[in-house]
Amino acid sequence: MAIIRTNVLICAGSACVSSRAYDFKTALLEALEEAGIKEEVNVVDTGCIGTCDLGPVAIVYPDGIFYVHLKPEDAKVIVNEHLLKGRVVNRLLYQQPMTKEVFPSLSEIDFIVRQKRIVLRNMGVIDPESIEEYIAKEGYQALAKALTMSPEDVIDTVKKSGLRGRGGAGFPTGLKWELTRKATGNPKYVICNGDEGDPGAFMDRSVLEGDPHSIIEGMMIAGYAVGASKGFFYVRAEYPLAIKRIENALEQARSYGLIGENILGTDFSFDIELRRGSGAFVCGEETALIASIEGGRGEPRPRPPYPANRGLWDSPTVINNVETLANISPIILNGAEWFSSTGTEKSKGTKVFALAGKVNNTGLIEVPFGTTLGEIIFDVGGGIPGGKKFKAAQTGGPSGGCIPAEYLDLPIDYESLKQIGAIVGSGGLIIMDEDTCMVDVARFFLEFTQSESCGKCPPCRVGTRKMLDILERIVNGEGEEGDIERLIELGEEIRRDSLCGLGQTAPNPVLSTIRFFRDEYEAHIREKRCPAKSCRALIAYQVIPDKCRGCGICARVCPVGAAQGKPREIYHIDTGLCIKCGDCFAKCPFGAIEKADLVLEKV
Amino acid sequence: MKSLEDLKRIREQAQAQIKLRTQEANTKIIVGMGTCGIAAGARETLMAILDELSKRNIQDVVVTQTGCVGLCEYEPLVNVVKPGQPKITYMKVTPERARQIVASHIVNDQIINEWVLSTEEGA
Repeated sequence: MAIIRTNVLICAGSACVSSRAYDFKTALLEALEEAGIKEEVNVVDTGCIGTCDLGPVAIVYPDGIFYVHLKPEDAKVIVNEHLLKGRVVNRLLYQQPMTKEVFPSLSEIDFIVRQKRIVLRNMGVIDPESIEEYIAKEGYQALAKALTMSPEDVIDTVKKSGLRGRGGAGFPTGLKWELTRKATGNPKYVICNGDEGDPGAFMDRSVLEGDPHSIIEGMMIAGYAVGASKGFFYVRAEYPLAIKRIENALEQARSYGLIGENILGTDFSFDIELRRGSGAFVCGEETALIASIEGGRGEPRPRPPYPANRGLWDSPTVINNVETLANISPIILNGAEWFSSTGTEKSKGTKVFALAGKVNNTGLIEVPFGTTLGEIIFDVGGGIPGGKKFKAAQTGGPSGGCIPAEYLDLPIDYESLKQIGAIVGSGGLIIMDEDTCMVDVARFFLEFTQSESCGKCPPCRVGTRKMLDILERIVNGEGEEGDIERLIELGEEIRRDSLCGLGQTAPNPVLSTIRFFRDEYEAHIREKRCPAKSCRALIAYQVIPDKCRGCGICARVCPVGAAQGKPREIYHIDTGLCIKCGDCFAKCPFGAIEKADLVLEKV
Repeated sequence: MKSLEDLKRIREQAQAQIKLRTQEANTKIIVGMGTCGIAAGARETLMAILDELSKRNIQDVVVTQTGCVGLCEYEPLVNVVKPGQPKITYMKVTPERARQIVASHIVNDQIINEWVLSTEEGA
C-alpha cells in the first residue's frame, strides 16, 4: 500500500494558473515519477492563497514550506532536494521586499500573519474540486446544524452576528433574510451574486474558485431560513474557472444527496442552477441581475419594491454577495457572538480586500473591520515599492472614493469610510503613489462607468458623458475656469437622480478626488501642469545633460527617432517628434531622462 | 447521504486525507536523508516508518526529512521528538529497527537505549 508522506499544494487560482502553475504541476509530477516517489507524494490543487504577485506558489506539507515564483524547471530541484533529501530549496523561498528577510514557512510571512481568515479559511488548505476535503474541514456541518434549528433561529443568529452585505452597500444580511421570509408569495428564491465587476476586485472570483462548496452551503442555509427551495448562481462568463469549479461542486453535492430532495433526511429540499452573465457591470445591481436571469435585458428598475418582496419572476428573493454567503457557515457553526467579537461597533467580522496597485504584496487579504489603511498597506502589503511616497488609496472601485494619506490611521469600516466620501464597496483597494495623477484616476473610473452605463436613465447616460468630456479636456490641458464647479454640480445631480446604484455612485471618484486633491485639478486647469507628471499632454521628456553619458540606448529604443545624438555625446529629445511613450525614460541606465512640465506650448 | 451519521462518517474518512496539512501533530520523526543517509538505506527506513505508522493507524505523528548532519558513518539517522521530551537520535536505523522504534518509543514511550546516538535537551 502506498503511504502518502507529503502533500504539495499548488495554488490553482486564476492568477497562478495564468502564470503557468499547471506547467509547474506537470513538471513536478514528471520529476516525482522519475525519482520514483510518486506514490508517496500527493500533489493537490488548492484555492487562491492570496499572494498573487508571488505566483505560481506551492506549499509543501507537513513542514509547511512555502515556495514562490515557481518555474517548471524548479520542479526537479524541489523533488531531488526537498522531497527526497529533506533540504529546503532556499532560493525559492519568500523574501520580505523591504527587509530582504527570508521566510520558509507560509504561516510566518507578514502577509499572512496579519490576516484573519474567515472567508478565506479553506484557501490554500483544501482542494476546491474535492467535496470530501471540504467535508473534512467541517464542511456541510453548518447546514446540518441549521436543519436542526428553526428557520427563525437561523435568521436570528445571522441578525445577532451583525453580518452586513459584502457586495458594497452593507445592508444587514439577517434583516434581508427576515424580510424575505415574511414576504408573501411562493416560491421563494436565493440568488448568489457573483457578478463581480469592479476593475481591480477579484475576491469573489477567488472564493468561487477556491472554496465553491462554502458558497453552496451558505446559499442552502439562506434557502432554509427564508423558505426557498431553489437557488441561482449568477456568475460572469469571464470567470470560466469559477464556473467550472461551481459546476463540479454542484454535481458532487448532488451525488452525495446534499442538494436535492429531503436533505440529510429532513423535509428540506433545495436545488441550485448556475446562470452566466455576459459581463455587463450593471448586472451586479440586483434588479438588473434579476432581469438578466429572467432572460431580459440587464437593466435595473426602480426600487421599491425590493427583491425581498418582488424579485425573481416577481417572487420574494434574497440576493447575497459571494463573500456574504461565505461567512454564513462559520457563523452558524461558531455562533453569533464568536463572529461579532471581531470588527468594530457597527461593522462586524472581516473584509476581504483585493490589494492592487503600487504596493509590494499585491493579492487577496482578509482583515478584521477596524484595521487601519496604514496597517493594510505597510504591514500586510509590505509598503510602497521603490521607496515612493503613498498618495492615496481608492476603495470601492468606480463607485468608491479615495482616501488620502492623512487618513492612514483611520480604522476602516462601513461608517468611517462613508464619512470621508469613500465606501467599503466590494473590496477593491487600489494603492496609488506619488506618480499617480488624481485627475487621471477620476477620469479612468468615470470612463469605465460611462461605458458601462446601461443607458436606461438620462442622468447616468448623459450626465456621466458630460462629466467625462470635462475631465478629458482637463487632462489634455484644455480645462477652463468653472470646470470644477460644473463637475461638482453635475456629480451631485447624477448622484441624486439616477435610477440605480451604478449612476448613483458613478460621480464618487470625481467628487472625492476634488474634495481631497482640488489643487491638482487647479494645476491642470490654470497652469496646464500635471503635478504627478503623468498626463501625457502636459509633460515633455528631456535629457538631463549632466547625467547623460552618450550611450545611445534612448535613440535605439525610441520608436519614432525623437531621441537623437551621437555616441559619447549628450543626446537630446526632439519634442516635436516625441510621442511620449516613455520608453527612453524607462530604459536609460543613468536616469538621465526626466519628465518635465511642458512649458513652451503654453505661451 | 441520508443522515447526519453519513456526513460524520465521510468527514472522518476525509480528515485522514488532509491531516498532513493541519500541522497539529505532536510527535515528529525526522529521517536523515542526505546522500550518505540514502546510500545507507534511509529510504527503506523512511518507508518502513510510514508503513508501520499506517499499520498501527497512528495519526498524530509527522514524518519529515533532513539533510546530512555530518555523522555519515552512523546513518541512517532517525530523530524522534516528542513534546516536552529531549530529542532522541537513533543510529544505524535499519527498516527492522525503525519498526521497533515506532512500536517501542512512539507507541509505548520506551526509548531503546542501545541504539541511541545522542540525546539533545530542549530541541
